[in-house]
Amino acid sequence: MKPLPLEVRDLRTTLFTRRGEMKAVDGLSLTVGPGETVAIVGESGCGKSLSALSIMRLLPDPPARIVGGQVKLNGRDIVPLPEETMLGIRGKEIGMIFQDPISSLNPVATVEKQIVEVLMTHTELGRGQARVRAHELLELVGMPDAARRLDAYPHQLSGGMCQRVVIAMAIACSPSVLIADEPTTALDVTVQAQVLALLKKLQADAGMAMIFITHDLGVVAETADRVVVMYAGRKVEEASVDDLFDNPLHPYTVGLIGATPTPGAERAERLADIPGMVPPLNALPQGCAFAPRCKRVMDRCLAERPALTAPGPGRLVACFAAEGS
Amino acid sequence: MSLLSLKDVRVQFNTSGGIVRAVNGVSLDLAVGETLGLVGESGCGKSTLGKAIMKLVPAAGGQILVEGVDIAPLSGEQLTDMRRKVQMIFQDPYGSLNPRSTVGRSVAQPLVLAGWKPDAIAERVETLLRWVGLPSDARQRYPHEFSGGQRQRIGIARALALSPKLIICDEPVSALDVSVRAQVINLLEDLKGQFGVSYLFISHDLSVVEHIADRVAVMYLGMLFEVGGRDQIWKSPQHPYTRALLAAAPIANPKLARARQRTVLQGELPSPLNPPPGCPFNSRCPMAQERCRAEKPVLRPLGNGAQAACHFV
Repeated sequence: MKPLPLEVRDLRTTLFTRRGEMKAVDGLSLTVGPGETVAIVGESGCGKSLSALSIMRLLPDPPARIVGGQVKLNGRDIVPLPEETMLGIRGKEIGMIFQDPISSLNPVATVEKQIVEVLMTHTELGRGQARVRAHELLELVGMPDAARRLDAYPHQLSGGMCQRVVIAMAIACSPSVLIADEPTTALDVTVQAQVLALLKKLQADAGMAMIFITHDLGVVAETADRVVVMYAGRKVEEASVDDLFDNPLHPYTVGLIGATPTPGAERAERLADIPGMVPPLNALPQGCAFAPRCKRVMDRCLAERPALTAPGPGRLVACFAAEGS
Repeated sequence: MSLLSLKDVRVQFNTSGGIVRAVNGVSLDLAVGETLGLVGESGCGKSTLGKAIMKLVPAAGGQILVEGVDIAPLSGEQLTDMRRKVQMIFQDPYGSLNPRSTVGRSVAQPLVLAGWKPDAIAERVETLLRWVGLPSDARQRYPHEFSGGQRQRIGIARALALSPKLIICDEPVSALDVSVRAQVINLLEDLKGQFGVSYLFISHDLSVVEHIADRVAVMYLGMLFEVGGRDQIWKSPQHPYTRALLAAAPIANPKLARARQRTVLQGELPSPLNPPPGCPFNSRCPMAQERCRAEKPVLRPLGNGAQAACHFV
């Protein structure tokens, strides 16, 4: 059997700081199949970006270090690999798109030069062929006036165009896994729609596995097949996108969905807010990290940390209250 | 009489690349007790319009009337008086508070400027902090000790200090996390119910505006494209840009999201330095024709209380 493009098992990343050790990613497991999009959602500080950086082995060390678990990329665990080997993997087997497209690009190199560099690093193409391919890629990502933009510098392009360049670079070597960390958060809504449509099309055409990190449940509903909800470094719920929105099980997921206004739905008098805020990682409560904000909190939640259980096919939840009901 | 009345307001900036007409002839009324949502993408001029109403940037033309009084000639005492009626809260609660002032001093500032007595100020600050849901020991603490959502509450307390009639909210929840965003939106709605304050709610986030606004104005490259009631805008948007904007907004419901037709708008906002002639939307509009490239449409009534600026609506 062909291995899955991405299989993460019990990944643990700890931040070693002066204030002590913080478990930023605490035992995360997930799989992404070919052509599948798994969204990781949560608020700031819940560990979604650090999960992505851990998977790509791009953690700032110090303070962050992977202390356990596996990241299997096409069957090979990349956690123990030396950085030199990772250089050959990033950009080739695993592509990345970040939130801020302008700072992901080199400000003093032209668009063509940056794409050509990726191609020449990871493929056998010569400079001439790479330049032809760079032009094709820009056309593929829908860059308006692509031929002329090859000579442009990032500052001469809009945010949306820069994100297209970043996407062109990320898919240049047809990676089997694409990790997109808030790729449309900095973009205007009409441009966001363009970029989401583009990512979906590229993914479908190439059968890429995609991890899509976002705080925006609207974007999740539009793009994801499966959703992983994270809170305070841990996965608290996982479900197909339909199951998650139809019947969210974890009180945190229920809260996130209630707090998001849905246009077209009947106007709610009040949004369902979640009291309080995400706790800092160095001050996590004893039991369930969500307990202090939870409407369904029980004595047990304060003492004991709930483990993930499977209440139904394809579903996981870490909550005593959800288990009981 | 409208609480706020804008008549052909223009704001322009002289840059090295030429003149940017950031607000290019906006006319709009806001009634007492109303929440008017002002939506548009970056660079459309929505924040500049908000600042012009506060007289934080000078208007280059047109009139801005607060309770029927033109604010352009106001200065000194009269300007202070006007600012008592109209307050503003900003997107970045970090940048809009003095990091070296205690929260108590920041919230008291408008009261001090208005000549309140120290005892009255202390009592008022206490009340304000309670209204916005901050602990009473907040007054001795500094902004950095608070989270983003709490800092936004501090900004709201300061804006409420002098019982304004209108609060201009410039992207007040855009920097906040989902759960905290809902807390602040609920707070704004509670305060409106309690004090009858009106809001000009500036945002790029359509789902938030749909939740909070009674009426909505859609802005593009300095001009208003459509103004209408919340339901009218969402159920039967008239202007092609409004329709495109709604089609592009993600819906947090996978079934609704899949069911709807998505015509993704092509292209991006043209440079405000060099907007296309005629209708500024003609470079991206699926309905654009010759006339749109020659003649700029004006906002005109549609009969159902709504207004749109398009030759073909």
